[in-house]
Amino acid sequence: MKKTMKVTGTVLAAMMAMSMTAAAGDTWKIGEIGPTTGAAADYGNNVMNGCQIAVDEINAAGGINGTPIEFMPEDDVHDVEKSSNAYNALVGEGVQAIIGCVTSGPCTAVSSLAAEDNMFMLTPSASSTAVLDAGNADGSQNLFQLCFTDPNQGLASADYIDTTMPEITKVGVIYNNGDVYSTGIFGTFRAQAEQCGFEIVASPAFDDTTVDYSAAIQECMDNGAELVFLPIYYTPASGIFKQANEMGYDPIWFGVDGMDGILTVEGFDTSLAEGVMLLTPFAADAADEKTQNFVKAYAENYGGAVPTQFAADGYDCVYAIKAAIEAAGATPDMDHSAVCDAISVSITEMEPLEGLTGTMTWSADGTVNKTPTAVIIKDGEYVSYEG
Amino acid sequence: MQLVEKMKKATRRKQMKTYGVVLAAFVIIEILSLTGNLPNILAGQLVTLCAYAIAAISLNLVVGISGELSLGHAGFMCVGAYTSGLFTKCMQPVIPNSNVRFLLALLIGIVAAGVIGFLIGIPVLRLRGDYLAIVTLAFCQIIKNVFQAFYIGLDSTGLHFSMRDQFSIKMAADGKVIASGPQGITALSRDSSFIAGMILLLITLFIVQNLINSRDGRAIMAIRDNRIAAESVGISITKYKLMAFTTASAMAGAAGVLYAHGFATLNSSAYDFNKSILILVFVVLGGMGNILGSVVAAVILTVLPEMLRFLDAYRMLIYAIVMIVMMLVNWSPKALELREVYTSRFKKKTGKEA
Repeated sequence: MKKTMKVTGTVLAAMMAMSMTAAAGDTWKIGEIGPTTGAAADYGNNVMNGCQIAVDEINAAGGINGTPIEFMPEDDVHDVEKSSNAYNALVGEGVQAIIGCVTSGPCTAVSSLAAEDNMFMLTPSASSTAVLDAGNADGSQNLFQLCFTDPNQGLASADYIDTTMPEITKVGVIYNNGDVYSTGIFGTFRAQAEQCGFEIVASPAFDDTTVDYSAAIQECMDNGAELVFLPIYYTPASGIFKQANEMGYDPIWFGVDGMDGILTVEGFDTSLAEGVMLLTPFAADAADEKTQNFVKAYAENYGGAVPTQFAADGYDCVYAIKAAIEAAGATPDMDHSAVCDAISVSITEMEPLEGLTGTMTWSADGTVNKTPTAVIIKDGEYVSYEG
Repeated sequence: MQLVEKMKKATRRKQMKTYGVVLAAFVIIEILSLTGNLPNILAGQLVTLCAYAIAAISLNLVVGISGELSLGHAGFMCVGAYTSGLFTKCMQPVIPNSNVRFLLALLIGIVAAGVIGFLIGIPVLRLRGDYLAIVTLAFCQIIKNVFQAFYIGLDSTGLHFSMRDQFSIKMAADGKVIASGPQGITALSRDSSFIAGMILLLITLFIVQNLINSRDGRAIMAIRDNRIAAESVGISITKYKLMAFTTASAMAGAAGVLYAHGFATLNSSAYDFNKSILILVFVVLGGMGNILGSVVAAVILTVLPEMLRFLDAYRMLIYAIVMIVMMLVNWSPKALELREVYTSRFKKKTGKEA
């Protein structure tokens, strides 16, 4: 018992010593919460690396209003409990704003803590509407999203198909009914489709345990779907493409941002994804200078890796917070509550932000307004789609 | 007769030591908190610590005292968490007093987990050893998946269920979704507090320690030590095993209620196989049948990874090494021998001085 007490005592002392470093006002302390280990680590690492590149750029250029940013990433293992711990750790270290959480589940839990503390949060990628409900409950306004909410993706997809491909009348949907993301997008897609020029002729579902998609594909085929909408992640999508190819079915495939990554699936013949269209806020091979510089910096810093849209989301989050701070005229000696009061207003009023993922403005309810771009896969690469 | 008296005294002292340590920890934390010296991260973990300690004690009752290997303890936590979570979510607007609401939620969670534990126990406790471990493991997965399949909504006419998706709940216009499949329950009122957790922990300690030192407890341990001998003196194997298992699952339910109400999001995927193993690790590390050991191990192994956050990616590596070292120090025969030598020397010294 004595031994354990001693150990705990030492650890506690170390903790306290750490929390006393760096006096307030010398830096902007910006925290980040996302999974850097565990099953969702790829998302969290991309966001963290993307943020780091933005922070380095800003600090090299003199910081925000002359004050450098101190970036503090924390791992949450995509777990509610760990995420709350990460949040408390960041609050203990005196952060003034938080980028996160990366994943929706933990974000709903942490955003309600943040609502109580009046801490500003900007999530790069937690797209569920439940996140907004939890973070902006009881009239508090402290959580903003940089990504589209799931329903908005469904809405945007339906409109996009309707306006750019008016010749299509029969649409099939294959979705994952065990997944919040997939059901959320499909729900609004279905509602919006009633006002569009096409009809949903089949909507077979699968769940996380499914490996054989032939029944779902057959259902779309039998009902004569000319376009199949896939509001799913890229792993099951690769299976669907493979089996549809074997069955000789070749409709127009239309995906959403979860499809981003299909070209990097191991053992997947990328020629099967030829002609697949997807709505995504970011394509790593876009020709504009900003994207090119980002992709280059990412590859240099992280062993030649190609950034996904999560990295771009993280990068944009840092710049969004910077712009909001500058617009509000906040100073680094303010505590997190004062910062939150200032920038949660300024972020909705500031000039539209030109980011990697589009030109963005924010509404008071925390949602982002930006135009999704469609890309099409040609010769194994993403190319911007011209309607 | 004298020997019996001596043994009674020894157990009483051991029991008092357990209460004493827990109460001392409570007082220290309260003082730190009142003087503003409690690190923020530890303050956020207090409820979780109590929940894990309760879960570890209750599993110790099954693994250490009753001698059955159960890998499904998180399943009972899940039952307690989910049933009470549903109750709280429905009653949030109706019962504004969070203490009353939490007490009712606690009762519901405990009863639900106890009943499920009893029902599962009847067929499952006929198995032994590895077979029991695998069946309880499967049960844990089932519980988790069942809760994930339900979409539940509440409107003025009552509860609505669906197993397809949240669009097919078919509620009236004023309805709202209570639980939404894999997404679980969100925007849950965080009703549990450290005080509530501490009271619950002390009650759990009281129940388990008194059970162990009762006629029933001795019967349970007799079955563990020699089943045939116990049966031959007329001890009902099924009855006592079921007693230990049901009590343990009800207490795990209480831990689940406490844990779930510490966060605003309740997702049954958190109560998976990994959590069962985690609780088992607390028990094994603290010592089978050692109640105080379970509490201490649960606290150290929960706080440690958070305290090691400054090590970033090396955190889990260090955590694993610490776990191995603790196991060796606590349980390797050589280490025990060394410890024995040192403690006896220490005792001799103090004895002379006194």
